[in-house]
Amino acid sequence: MAEQNAISSAALSDASAPPAADAGRRPASPILRLILKRVGQGILLLFAVSVLIFAGTQILPGDVAQSILGQSATPQALANLREELGLNQPAYVRYFQWLGGVLTGDLGTALSSRQDIASALLPRLGNTLFLAFWAAFVSIPLAIILGLLAVRYRNGWVDKAISGLALASTSLPEFFIGYLLVFFFAVPQAWMAMPWFPAISTVYDGMPFWSRMQAIALPAAALTLVVLAHMMRMTRAAILNVMQSAYIETAELKGLSQFTIIRRHAFPNAIAPIVNVVMLNLAFLVVGVVVIEVIFVYPGMGQYLVDHVSKRDVPVVQAVGLIFAAVYITMNIVADIAAIVANPRLRHPR
Amino acid sequence: MLDRPASRPAAGAAPLLDIRNLRIEATSYPPGEPPRTVTIVDDVSLTLEQGKVLGLIGESGAGKSTIGLSPLGYGRGGARIVGGEVRLNGRDILEEGPKGFRRLRGREVTYVAQSAAAAFNPAHKLMDQVVEATIRHGVMGRADAEKRAVALFRKLSLPDPERIGERFPHQVSGGQLQRVMTAMALCPKPDLIVFDEPTTALDVTTQIDVLAAIKEAIRDTGVAALYITHDLAVVAQVADRIMVLRHGKLVEEGDTGQVIHRPHEAYTQALVAAHDLQHQEKPPQAEPLLTVKNVTAAYGGGAVKVLKNVSVALCAGQTLAVVGESGSGKSTLARAITGLLPPQSGTVRFAGRELPARLVDRKKDDLRELQMIYQMADVAMNPRQTVGTIIGRPLEFYFGLRGAERERRVTELLEKIELNRGFANRYPAELSGGQKQRVAIARALAAKPKLIICDEVTSALDPLVANGILKLLLGLQAEEQVAYLFITHDLATVRGIADAIAVMLRGEVVRYGPKSQVLSPPFDAYTDLLLRSVPEMEQGWLEQAIAGRRMQSAGN
Amino acid sequence: MLSVKGIPAGAALGLVMTALFLFAAVFAPVIAPYGMGEIVGGVWEPASENFWLGTDNLGRDLLSRMIYGARTTILIAALATALSFGLGSVLGFLAAVVGGWLDTGLSRFVDLLMAIPTLIFGLVVLSVLPSTVLTLILVMGILDATRVYRLARAVAADINVMDFVEAAKLRGEGSGWIIFREILPNALSPLVSELGLRFIYAVLFLSALSFLGLGVQPPEADWGGMVKENKEGIVFGIPAALIPAAAISVLAISVNLVADWILNRTSSLKGGRGHA
Repeated sequence: MAEQNAISSAALSDASAPPAADAGRRPASPILRLILKRVGQGILLLFAVSVLIFAGTQILPGDVAQSILGQSATPQALANLREELGLNQPAYVRYFQWLGGVLTGDLGTALSSRQDIASALLPRLGNTLFLAFWAAFVSIPLAIILGLLAVRYRNGWVDKAISGLALASTSLPEFFIGYLLVFFFAVPQAWMAMPWFPAISTVYDGMPFWSRMQAIALPAAALTLVVLAHMMRMTRAAILNVMQSAYIETAELKGLSQFTIIRRHAFPNAIAPIVNVVMLNLAFLVVGVVVIEVIFVYPGMGQYLVDHVSKRDVPVVQAVGLIFAAVYITMNIVADIAAIVANPRLRHPR
Repeated sequence: MLDRPASRPAAGAAPLLDIRNLRIEATSYPPGEPPRTVTIVDDVSLTLEQGKVLGLIGESGAGKSTIGLSPLGYGRGGARIVGGEVRLNGRDILEEGPKGFRRLRGREVTYVAQSAAAAFNPAHKLMDQVVEATIRHGVMGRADAEKRAVALFRKLSLPDPERIGERFPHQVSGGQLQRVMTAMALCPKPDLIVFDEPTTALDVTTQIDVLAAIKEAIRDTGVAALYITHDLAVVAQVADRIMVLRHGKLVEEGDTGQVIHRPHEAYTQALVAAHDLQHQEKPPQAEPLLTVKNVTAAYGGGAVKVLKNVSVALCAGQTLAVVGESGSGKSTLARAITGLLPPQSGTVRFAGRELPARLVDRKKDDLRELQMIYQMADVAMNPRQTVGTIIGRPLEFYFGLRGAERERRVTELLEKIELNRGFANRYPAELSGGQKQRVAIARALAAKPKLIICDEVTSALDPLVANGILKLLLGLQAEEQVAYLFITHDLATVRGIADAIAVMLRGEVVRYGPKSQVLSPPFDAYTDLLLRSVPEMEQGWLEQAIAGRRMQSAGN
Repeated sequence: MLSVKGIPAGAALGLVMTALFLFAAVFAPVIAPYGMGEIVGGVWEPASENFWLGTDNLGRDLLSRMIYGARTTILIAALATALSFGLGSVLGFLAAVVGGWLDTGLSRFVDLLMAIPTLIFGLVVLSVLPSTVLTLILVMGILDATRVYRLARAVAADINVMDFVEAAKLRGEGSGWIIFREILPNALSPLVSELGLRFIYAVLFLSALSFLGLGVQPPEADWGGMVKENKEGIVFGIPAALIPAAAISVLAISVNLVADWILNRTSSLKGGRGHA
């Protein structure tokens, strides 16, 4: 975190420097400058987001202590909780105390269980990333291949099926997909002697890899289905956009084979938009994890968040919310950096 | 190095290219309507001998590009060849299928596109793209191909021919890219090159260089060419024969000299005459209608100066043509006069009063008396309003006309622009390009203005349509005594309509005065360059122009 | 005018289904066979003549709860959409036409709101606010307004720089004419289709919140909450939870089909002429 801060201040001073100053010194590389600037902006955004999340839980109308304890709370209990939450101090002091803690890895203590949030969160973060990783591992190559197929057989039935799927996927709630999978693959049905997968994805420390994989099979499948169609459609649009460029026609008129055209002329220009699509969908996937984890009672961050929202455990909600936002923002930064790096105009300035 | 192509064993004295009864169709998908099959090319035949250049000329939609792509076996946007033969080097290529097409594309036949900037892949160096087809088709190895490419770069007068190939497309100017693309087409020693409007997107002073380079390269390599353009004067410089097309059909074909001097068909005669607009210069008056004095204007809060100390004047009922290439600041001058871009300094006097610099400070009458017509008529009219609303709104806004009275006036205005009253109920999407521009003229006239600023109003139109618009504008000027500030890059137009001319270069007026004075010697260097660059419909003009050109144009 | 013959099959199906759902929502008390909270049978009875869709986890009639659920879900989603749309499009148009600091300020704030995933931010806020219908509408409406703002601003900014708007400004027209007569008619078709998408999103968002136990609170019936109530049955092979989930999907698909059709229809620049 400290290291990132160093980057951010460098990037920020760069961003705020007047354009005239650029003419004087010779920048190392415009690409590096742009990337640093983007990362700097991202870190700045993250700080702004931390303010917003803090403000969202602290300054909204109503008394936090009251809403935590409910209407029937005794004045004494309310006073104690206010003291504990530091509500007697001004909001900005509390914010900086909280931020200082977050930056040094101290996420505070959960109100409901008195547990240290950071140590409770770490294994759950691992579980969530494990699930998201395997969902991404399946969905990304699948989406890209299907997207390519849709372009290859444009306006054919493959393409139409993909459009239909995409329409459905923007319309189906995650729990519908999740419970359909449970209903057909985790509940005794006529076609299988016994359920193929567990309906509840229990994982524990020291669990063998294959059992763990079997446990996450259904939630990973559900997540894959949630993002797949969307990712396919965006991949298709990105590739089509490239394939309709004039330089592809030039390549065709050179008599190159279809394969060479795609490899040499389309692919280098399609990387950036595809990486962009993938990153945006990963961000989407990380959020989709919340509902999926609840469906399969999977011990990840999403379930942890939902549990503590109902318990009105503000410190936990803040911490988890911030982590989700950080992951989301990071994905978006990576997408932008990919676009910067892949742009020949920036890589080879005039 | 630049030897003639290895002649292939051709069947007897058969021509290099022999297209017979070509018929090409495409399916169009208008939104919300069932798909329609349209015939783009209808029964066209042509022959081309080795080493000769055939010019294909016509307006947009004439099918010239579609015909041009047929020797490559390529149909753009779903166009497909449904009848006829395309015989290349004695064989019908249509029988060979996709594999055969791939063998001949980039080997026997190559292509030069209108916009080289879009046709080059932004991700690769120029050299890699120039030699790609040559290597792929096994014409020669990489080292030889690159040597040949450098020689071609030199032949095409590209600066720094040894190293320009190391650059990426975005690092090279438009005129240079067009020449690099020509080198790319010549590199595999093809028998035929298809040039598809290769100079249309260029400024006139750049066009002449590219044109000369292309012509010389064709001559020295002995390659045959199909040269597609809508500009008869351009094609007259490079073609041995000319074929005139309209609506996908052949109008006439003949030697270049015959077609441009003794055209048989009425359509061709009209095309040739399109440049011959006559306009008697009117003498300047003592008190001009519009006086622009020492105007300086800039974008980006003063950072980029685009107008420097510009002074011009325009008399009532006359036309001042502002001529310049892209980036000369001619359109910015219009924005400064209208108040869209308030000048940093200088004044604009109009009809005896000084106009406030900013648009918001101007009175309704200031606005009414100064109207504007745009280059792109499609985007200058709200697509959701009917022609009646478009023309009627100024009547209502300035004169408070309503109901039947307004309708009567709209009909009157439609008559003035030679459209019948039925057009009042149409939407812009239901009009042709020329009709849209006419409606835009009617909208300007509706305000009864003293001055209309015409910003490149004919440059998006086909020559004959543009000619019609110019005639209409001249007629209306005589009727309504309206003055025009006519912004254009096209000197040929200027001769036909202007009373006074201002030549602009990089934000400054370099020459200004009555037409007769501006267009007669002695010239300043830039005006001279500009005048010498406008193609004339004479064979051999290009050689004379190049020979007579001054040195400062080198390297464009 | 709209002619029945010209409607494509998909759109017609979408229209019929949407109308059906709306009918159920409006006339819920009239058409529901039983009361919303009335316990009328055993737990998770299968579909029968008396209970067309069976009963739920407490023995209430599932069909009746579905009909009342339609009412709750559609009403809250519609109000949230109206809020997000009103707020987002007005501010987006204003930002595009006025420009300057208003545009910069609003756009930066929207960027900030959009940097946090909607569901996560919704959960954060709901952890301190009481779960009332009003809170839900406000939270959903305001968070979703960011998307509408972005679209409205982008569309209006594109149109604002077109020559025909410049021509109107040169004529001396006021902001009213420019916004309502020049920009709005051209921005309408993307906005209308966005309206459909925003409504679907609101339905899905509300259902997700209710499913997580943070949306509409029992005993009120809403579809997401009904999935939550009946989810325990799934592992026993009882599909009661799948029915409200399917209803959400069908509603969303239907609205999608209609929105698509409207977009195609209204984007024609010939005033609807030239259609069959």
